[in-house]
Amino acid sequence: MNSSMKSSMSESNKNRWVKTAAGYAAGLIFGLGLAVSGMTDPARVVGFLDVAGAWDPTLMFVLGGAVVTTFIGYRLVFKRSAPLLGGVFQLPTKRELDAKLLGGAALFGIGWGLSGYCPGPAIASIGGLSLPLLAMLATMVLGWFVAKRFAAKRLA
Amino acid sequence: MDWTAGLQGLVGGVLIGLSATWLMATLGRIAGISGIVGNLITQRPKGDSAWRVAFLLGLISGPLLLMALGGGLGNVAGSPGEVIGAPVGGIGIMLVAGLLVGVGTGLGSGCTSGHGVCGLARLAPRSMAATGMFLLTALVTVYISRHLLGLGGVQ
Repeated sequence: MNSSMKSSMSESNKNRWVKTAAGYAAGLIFGLGLAVSGMTDPARVVGFLDVAGAWDPTLMFVLGGAVVTTFIGYRLVFKRSAPLLGGVFQLPTKRELDAKLLGGAALFGIGWGLSGYCPGPAIASIGGLSLPLLAMLATMVLGWFVAKRFAAKRLA
Repeated sequence: MDWTAGLQGLVGGVLIGLSATWLMATLGRIAGISGIVGNLITQRPKGDSAWRVAFLLGLISGPLLLMALGGGLGNVAGSPGEVIGAPVGGIGIMLVAGLLVGVGTGLGSGCTSGHGVCGLARLAPRSMAATGMFLLTALVTVYISRHLLGLGGVQ
């Protein structure tokens, strides 16, 4: 192996580690955000959805703060032509409002309302080690496989 | 109204937005949890899994870090000092809810983060429609389960 090959290999190894670290940082900040905001408490989420009961507006502040920050952040990010660590911006290109999108969202909402957990807070709350949550995570993963099979069948 | 809870919500929301901005700036990815973790588990994409595993570990370690710091920065309703709240339903309800959340976010290509945060910030019509839909069915579900059936949670 000559020296230029060696240095390019260590370069790509280094890049992989930087990318992995960037992913960890994103997850950590996201998890901190969910915890600081109280979204790791399903009672707050159900409290927000319970407009006919003792309404808890917290989720509105969370979603508002997140959307506005991301809106501004994305504007700055998209001034560049590519991500800082290489590759391309991977954005969804689909446009149509089909039954799969709307039906899927409808089912998700029912599960969200029943439990007060969407996938982020459910996963971030693993450290609470509660049996009902672990049960939910198991069927959530099962549901992802079911959806994948269903989508593959429809395409075939 | 509980202004401290609202302020913490706002601060946490800004953190979530910073995370989404960071992930797009560095790796060019949407910070959608069901997409990141769901595709990791169901497809194990070759050469595209390491950052997903790292994100997943980061997501779990965020609340643990707050707990290690004493829990004072948590925002669990009625329990100052706690970071992770207790589930509102028993195992039966949670099994059903998990299946619905998994199938629904799988078919609908996203959840509260991918559609609700990143999609709305991109002003994407599909995400606006999905967010409107899951908010609607969640509101109706809570109304039916809490007020018509008297199920779930402390009243």
